[in-house]
Amino acid sequence: MSINGKAYIAGAWEHPTRKAVDKSLAELHADVAKGALDDAGLSSDDVDGYFCAGDAPGLGPINMVDYLGLNPTFVDSTDTGGSSYVVHVEHAAQAIAEGRCRVALITLAARPAAEGMATGTAPRVYNQQQPDVQFEFPFAPVITNMYAMAAMRHMHEFGTTSEQLAWIRVAASTHAQYNEHAVRREVVTVEDVVNSPMITTPLHRLDCCVISDGGGALVVVHPDVAKELKRPLVKIKGVASAVKGQDAGQTDLTYTAAKFSGPRAFEEAGVKPADIKYASIYDSFTVTVLLQLEDLGFCEKGKGGRFVQDGNLISGQGKLPFNTDGGGLCNNHPANRGGMTKVIEAVRQLRGEAHEKVQVPNCDLALAHGTGGSIGTRHCSSTLIMERE
Amino acid sequence: MAENNIRTIASPEPNTETEKFWEGARQGKLIIQKCNDTGKHYWYPRARSPFTLTDDVSWVEAKGTGTIYTFSVMKRAKINYCIAYVELDEGVRMMTNIVDTDYDQIKIGDKVKVVFKDSENGIPVPMFTPV
Repeated sequence: MSINGKAYIAGAWEHPTRKAVDKSLAELHADVAKGALDDAGLSSDDVDGYFCAGDAPGLGPINMVDYLGLNPTFVDSTDTGGSSYVVHVEHAAQAIAEGRCRVALITLAARPAAEGMATGTAPRVYNQQQPDVQFEFPFAPVITNMYAMAAMRHMHEFGTTSEQLAWIRVAASTHAQYNEHAVRREVVTVEDVVNSPMITTPLHRLDCCVISDGGGALVVVHPDVAKELKRPLVKIKGVASAVKGQDAGQTDLTYTAAKFSGPRAFEEAGVKPADIKYASIYDSFTVTVLLQLEDLGFCEKGKGGRFVQDGNLISGQGKLPFNTDGGGLCNNHPANRGGMTKVIEAVRQLRGEAHEKVQVPNCDLALAHGTGGSIGTRHCSSTLIMERE
Repeated sequence: MAENNIRTIASPEPNTETEKFWEGARQGKLIIQKCNDTGKHYWYPRARSPFTLTDDVSWVEAKGTGTIYTFSVMKRAKINYCIAYVELDEGVRMMTNIVDTDYDQIKIGDKVKVVFKDSENGIPVPMFTPV
């Protein structure tokens, strides 16, 4: 069953904190729940669907449902890392289309900065029951060097340069200067990026996203509910998810699962990449953006470097304005899971509520794309296309 | 200059599904698996073929040679190291480290051969060095 037009995003709210030393994890979830419900003009009594992922404390959705005082008829705690919240929008739209709930609340929150987590370079503690771990963990894979290997291969096959990757950071920083909550508001140049310290070849410090606390929430509702509210109508037109791994040892790091999720989302929405006025693209690293832009069809495979250079992603300047909040690279990457903030900024753009310096004129069609896990090994991509009615 | 400092290598935890692989490693052999339904090699080791889910699979000794598919040299660790995917001559790509060489000279496509390095608890793990 197509979900095109079967659900709307009525509430979207991003926590303003970036270092939550004074908040508990559960409290952050409550803050964003209240923020998104207020944004929609709804209350917690209206919520009959609740969605969360592995950042939420407790057993799946159970502890948060109890803590937040909800009485849902539908719950889901699918965890696909940073893409979870885009997947949740997909599942919420399906549940609403089937009549299983009418007001779905999705929350994300975490405090990695307050906890002093070295997200990018510290080996994580793995469960050795996970079948790949014994064949990978001894070699010290961390988040940064996994994405770096994808960048290295892209450079080798397609001639992509560090300077081209740097343009992605330049665009994000150009947008972030207008976001009062952004972790990094300074505008940087290509030279600044390529001269920043090397983390793991070929990725520099400024190729990497920020580590920040906070979170966000979304309220997905039945069309009848959306039309009773006083908010601009943001309709879900298409959404799809896909998982890509190592293909039994035929690992190919030149593409992501967006190659599979993107076309299906576009097909459901009945639109083409060229129709998209604004795109929120997962930006854990500059190279993440490059690969996904190619896989989603905004340019040919291998041409991403040329596509992003010379400011093509800068609002008011380029053909495809992206991550106008500053993205994960400059603004916020709560829980090290960027899918939520991707959807929130796309909703702001569709409502005409982005900062005036970065608002895309007549923004009536937007895409939000999340990736979770690691493009260096195995990950889930989820693509969401929304329309302003 | 080859990098002399050796980082501590975290140990794998073999289980009944994978103990043959690690037994091979103890004998200095890189053994991989082949699906007898399709005749294709696969990586990483597992009891059922990822092609058909058959449990009719064989262990075969790999030549231990291959080429670097991609790599990255970590510059922010206490002891720098090079992570890589190596494509074995049998056609599968496996995650590994490139060792006993000058990291600044490593290139994609370089020919490499397996060397086993002891992990923390003594189990040797397969790494690669330029031929």
